[in-house]
Amino acid sequence: MATAGIIFDIKKFAIHDGPGIRTTVFLKGCPLDCWWCHNPEGREGQPENFCVRTRRGGSGGNWAEKEELFGREVSVAEIMTEIIKDIVFYDQSGGGVTFSGGEPLMQPEFLKAALIECQESGIRTAVDTSGYGPADIFDEIYDLVDLFLYDLKNMDDHQHIKYTGVSNEQILDNLKMLAVRGNKINLRLPMIPGITDTHENLEAILEFIEPLPGIRDVSLLPYNRLAEDKLERFSLNSRLGRISSGTGNDLDAVTRRFANRGYRVKVGG
Amino acid sequence: MNVRIKKLREQSLAAVPSLSLERAALMTEFYSGDSFERVSTPVSRAMAFAYVMSKKAICINDGELIVGERGPAPKATPTYPDICTHTLKDFDILDSREKIPFRVDAESARIQEKEIIPFWSGRSIRDRIFENVDQEWIDAYRAGIFTEFQEQRAPGHTVLDDKIYSRGFLDFKADIEKSIENIASDKDPDEIKKREQLKAMAIAADAIIDYAERHADKLKEMADRESDGERRLELEEMAQICRRVPSNAPESFHEALQYYWFVHLGVITELNTWDSFNPGRLDQHFYRSYKQDIESGKLTEEKARELLQAFWIKFNNQPAPPKVGVTAQESNTYTDFCLINLGGVTENGNDAVNELTYLILDVIQEMRLLQPSSMVQISRKNPDRLIMRALEIIKTGYGQPSLFNTEAIVQELLRQGKSIQDARNGGASGCVETGAFGKESYILTGYFNLTKVLEITLHNGIDPRSGKKIGIASGDPDEFNSFDDLYNAFDRQLEHFIDIKIRGNCIIERLWAEILPAPFLSILIDDCIANGRDYNDGGARYNTSYIQGVGLGTITDSLTAIRYHVYDKKHLSMGELLEALKSDFVGHEALNERLLEETPKYGNDDDYADGIMQRIFESYFKSVDGRPNTKGGHFRINLLPTTSHVYFGSVIGATPDGRHAGVPLSEGVSPVQGADRNGPTAVLKSASKIDHLRTGGTLLNQKFTPQLMEDRDGMTKVMHLVRSYFKMDGHHIQFNVVNAETLRKAQKNPEKYRDLIVRVAGYSDYFVDLGIDLQNEIINRTEHCAGQ
Repeated sequence: MATAGIIFDIKKFAIHDGPGIRTTVFLKGCPLDCWWCHNPEGREGQPENFCVRTRRGGSGGNWAEKEELFGREVSVAEIMTEIIKDIVFYDQSGGGVTFSGGEPLMQPEFLKAALIECQESGIRTAVDTSGYGPADIFDEIYDLVDLFLYDLKNMDDHQHIKYTGVSNEQILDNLKMLAVRGNKINLRLPMIPGITDTHENLEAILEFIEPLPGIRDVSLLPYNRLAEDKLERFSLNSRLGRISSGTGNDLDAVTRRFANRGYRVKVGG
Repeated sequence: MNVRIKKLREQSLAAVPSLSLERAALMTEFYSGDSFERVSTPVSRAMAFAYVMSKKAICINDGELIVGERGPAPKATPTYPDICTHTLKDFDILDSREKIPFRVDAESARIQEKEIIPFWSGRSIRDRIFENVDQEWIDAYRAGIFTEFQEQRAPGHTVLDDKIYSRGFLDFKADIEKSIENIASDKDPDEIKKREQLKAMAIAADAIIDYAERHADKLKEMADRESDGERRLELEEMAQICRRVPSNAPESFHEALQYYWFVHLGVITELNTWDSFNPGRLDQHFYRSYKQDIESGKLTEEKARELLQAFWIKFNNQPAPPKVGVTAQESNTYTDFCLINLGGVTENGNDAVNELTYLILDVIQEMRLLQPSSMVQISRKNPDRLIMRALEIIKTGYGQPSLFNTEAIVQELLRQGKSIQDARNGGASGCVETGAFGKESYILTGYFNLTKVLEITLHNGIDPRSGKKIGIASGDPDEFNSFDDLYNAFDRQLEHFIDIKIRGNCIIERLWAEILPAPFLSILIDDCIANGRDYNDGGARYNTSYIQGVGLGTITDSLTAIRYHVYDKKHLSMGELLEALKSDFVGHEALNERLLEETPKYGNDDDYADGIMQRIFESYFKSVDGRPNTKGGHFRINLLPTTSHVYFGSVIGATPDGRHAGVPLSEGVSPVQGADRNGPTAVLKSASKIDHLRTGGTLLNQKFTPQLMEDRDGMTKVMHLVRSYFKMDGHHIQFNVVNAETLRKAQKNPEKYRDLIVRVAGYSDYFVDLGIDLQNEIINRTEHCAGQ
């Protein structure tokens, strides 16, 4: 398989990216520019250098800065070698591989080729997507994917544009299309305090998804300081400002709200 | 737990380990007389045992339900001058050492000086061993190539099966009589020798019955004086129990527990057996009497729980007899390695889990005592509920129970030639050692320092620490043309030292068989009675001698680094590497960094390193497995360290994997600390490339923070990790749930804790990669979670 792609990480024992024990492949490049992005190294499509700060030994806790390259070109065969290593864990736990990013749909040929290889190897697949991409790509990979981890952020398009840089129109259309076609969706709602976790936004989401039979599973992704922490390490400014975890809408209440409307709700991935 | 148990538990926790010279004085008294002179050694040992059991103080603590202490009080620990005669300096060290001290009073020191040392000096088996082994053995032992378990602890390493729950010691005595008759009628040429062994066993059987009777008398006396009516009834019932068992088969759950406890005390008083002694498959053995008593209404679940808790406390009252010298370094702990087995399969291969399994797990969780240790055997036939229940306890940070793979245990035993029934009735004891319970003597003979052998290879047979030539001249490493040349030299050194170790073991086995037979233990292990042979002389149905390999991760990473940098990439010459090692990397910091950071390492599911691990395994296996011991059995390998990886590390200079001089080696089959960077699945994959089924046990430790298992979803994923590892024939895995303290250490020394994964609300990440604020938040959260 000659198809090559650009990835910035392969993570084993990924346990929050779909069912069971998984390997997550992070494809580089994302058309969105979310304020709360916790994978800033995944935005650009090409390999890039970041100045990363790490704590060095000793109780003094000095930060050491190091220029580090993120992203490398790999063949499908190369990532398959890594993916296949953990088959025993996928089989045992009902897990598999998750293609995440970035936005995996940004590299459609590479993604598709990898999905085909996974299917041939009997490995279940998930695609973690923002939903922002041409409908025909979703159509092409639909039968190769066991689960879409589908992010839904703001229903209000102005807000969506403000906080992610793109319109939600295509995202909602694709979601509708997938949800009509089958039952392969785990809807993921990032709970960004005051932005996505508001009463109005959640109500609008419920209104939108209720007529869609293919959506039964909803994951609430609590905002955590990992993103801030990472931005700090990457010497990037946070546009959100500091939000301490635990603020914002009460997760239990949100969970109940979705559960009462018949959804299987999970907190965390 | 109720008030009684709480009080007994607190008493046990508060008791300070001390030395008791009671046994030593009684043994000296016995052997100073002349009653033993006209009898055979086994008979004299049995008489000595009977003498001690008939004279030692009876200790019955307030409120107890199960009675009997090894010493005159909880944690008063006897010495065994017949095995190791402590010097006064040893006593001083034991009394004052920072770790694992034993209080010694002035009177004890006086008795030791005036009575014990003058009599036993030169007669103890320890003295005899060091007199009998050859100089090569002494040199290798002193250099830290291997340790020797039997130099101050007796061969124990065995576990009881279910025989005592259907038969009493009167039945065993009848068996002994029968065996004596059979030997006579068979015209066995060894008749006299065997008859002496059997006579000794009969004396030992009477001794334990007599010991129980003495408890019965004392209990009766206490009952008569007791003013509290309820306690009086209890004491009377306990007196009756001690009159019935161990003479007769137990008729109730309470009797079964008390019976085992007398047997336990007998074994650990006769000799200071290593791995004390162990009731084994507790949920199997006690199930019949438990069920019968519950059904008849004689017992409630609450009462059973209380009795089990009382039983647990008895174990905790018996610290491992004090060790000194190298032996203290290789296994420095109060734990006497009594490992309760739960779960697994029945003799017919069916799921063995029952309601008592879960009740005992409750007891383990509630008691949270150092002893006994506990483990859960997990068969693919056992329900997931069993693992989940075990994980609930593990995640509280208690370090118990550890998890074992029943199918691996059974296959390991079958490979060694055990019958399928004996294999299924078996389990693991000590740390992780596989055995056919009730039928096997499986002696750990000592740890073996694989990395030290490499160090000696790199110095052409010379130990750089002493400058002494203790190995063979395997070639100047500078002149090796290929990795294979170097590896073959290592292989030859390995064989050389294994030969020395095995030669020594054979001498030591004979000394134990001839000088210190164990007639009481022999009653309990099949087929000592039928064979008319002592446990220490090959009387058991199966006789295995293990040599435990240590530091698999360090030796693998060291050989891998040499292959990678010197022979494959040609980054440096052997001379340069040796120079850097000699200087402990001072002035070679860049090289050190390269060895640590830019070298394939075991534990990452990388075949480059893992392939070398497999090669080392094959060499080690080939040099040991299948060689005959002196008891009709064979030498086998297993891979576990207890605390020897620290001692072994202290005798080795810097190693090619980037490790500094004196630093501990990797433990068990775990990767070098911090070398694994691809998460737990990669560690398990690497570890599964070891052929566990050709060992008698391997030990794998994994670290987790409690958050990873804070919800059911996380626990389920950990359960799947375990199931997957066991599917790949992994033998054992233990989860150390880290506490805030460890996280603080990780903050200070991130390079040592690179494998530590923490959960950050919905995401997981390597702890050391997190920023300080987030790290602190997780530390706070972990502190908050602890103990829940």
